Amino acid sequence: MIKKSALILLAGLLSAPLMVMADGAGSGGSGGSYKRGPGVKPVENKAYLEECGSCHFAYQPGLLPRRSWEKVMAGLDAHFGDNAELDEETLLELTTYVMDHAADQALEKRSVKIMRSLQRDEAPLRITETPYIRHQHDEIPARYIKHPEIGTLSNCTACHKKAREGYYGERWIEIPGVGPWEH
Amino acid sequence: MRTLSLSMLLLALCVPHAASADTVDELLEQYRAEGAGEFSAEAGQRLWHAQHSHGTAPNSRSCVSCHTSDPHSIGEHVRTGKSIKPMARSMNFERYTEQEKVEKWFKRNCKWTLGRECSAQEKGDLLVFLRSH
Repeated sequence: MIKKSALILLAGLLSAPLMVMADGAGSGGSGGSYKRGPGVKPVENKAYLEECGSCHFAYQPGLLPRRSWEKVMAGLDAHFGDNAELDEETLLELTTYVMDHAADQALEKRSVKIMRSLQRDEAPLRITETPYIRHQHDEIPARYIKHPEIGTLSNCTACHKKAREGYYGERWIEIPGVGPWEH
Repeated sequence: MRTLSLSMLLLALCVPHAASADTVDELLEQYRAEGAGEFSAEAGQRLWHAQHSHGTAPNSRSCVSCHTSDPHSIGEHVRTGKSIKPMARSMNFERYTEQEKVEKWFKRNCKWTLGRECSAQEKGDLLVFLRSH
């Protein structure tokens, strides 16, 4: 009898939403509670990884709101100076995927923080234009970025060693030519 | 008996390979059907190096901008810096095995480089050039 009630209790605990500090916990210290695990949901869509990842890091959809992705996906023929056109079927699949996993649909820490930093109708095309991401990188000296392995702030994976898995916490930063991020 | 079954096995291994036509040959056939003439690796090589500037691209660009002048070399995306596997088939056997993929990249990259889609003739010349490496 005791066993049974313990089991029920355990099941109840497991099914409750686990809202604890995510993505390297401890950093920030603003006291927010977020979905457990990576700061941004990692990309699982194979076509997205293949199509977007062949030219650049396949940025997680959770790094921009839907209203931004709408603009990005509608302008792939002139995609930051490149042509990234997709056939209709793939375009539909990827649009559905990014819209379903956009920052305003996510509970992960970084997505939530990005959304909080944006004005209501603000729809930046670049992740590096969102106030939260800009703020997170504003202490980095320009000379660090000039390193040939980095070159631009858009090159997440150069320093964020677990960016692909959605972890952007300080403990997983290793700046080429500099080392771990210490400040 | 053993020799016989071994040769049967070898034959079986060879047949599917021989039966599946080469993707590049299929594409060349298709380009001919679209009106292209004989293809030439030399013409492909000239295209590979040809510099273009157009409306959205005042600075000249070419295939070489990202793929380097040697198709055996690893290239680099001119904007993002992401590395691009060599275009020479001898360096990368996954190249030119999917028609859709070849067409997708021709469409994107011809528009970026030349400011328009490539003709069937140009695509064939480029493929013959890249296959020769």
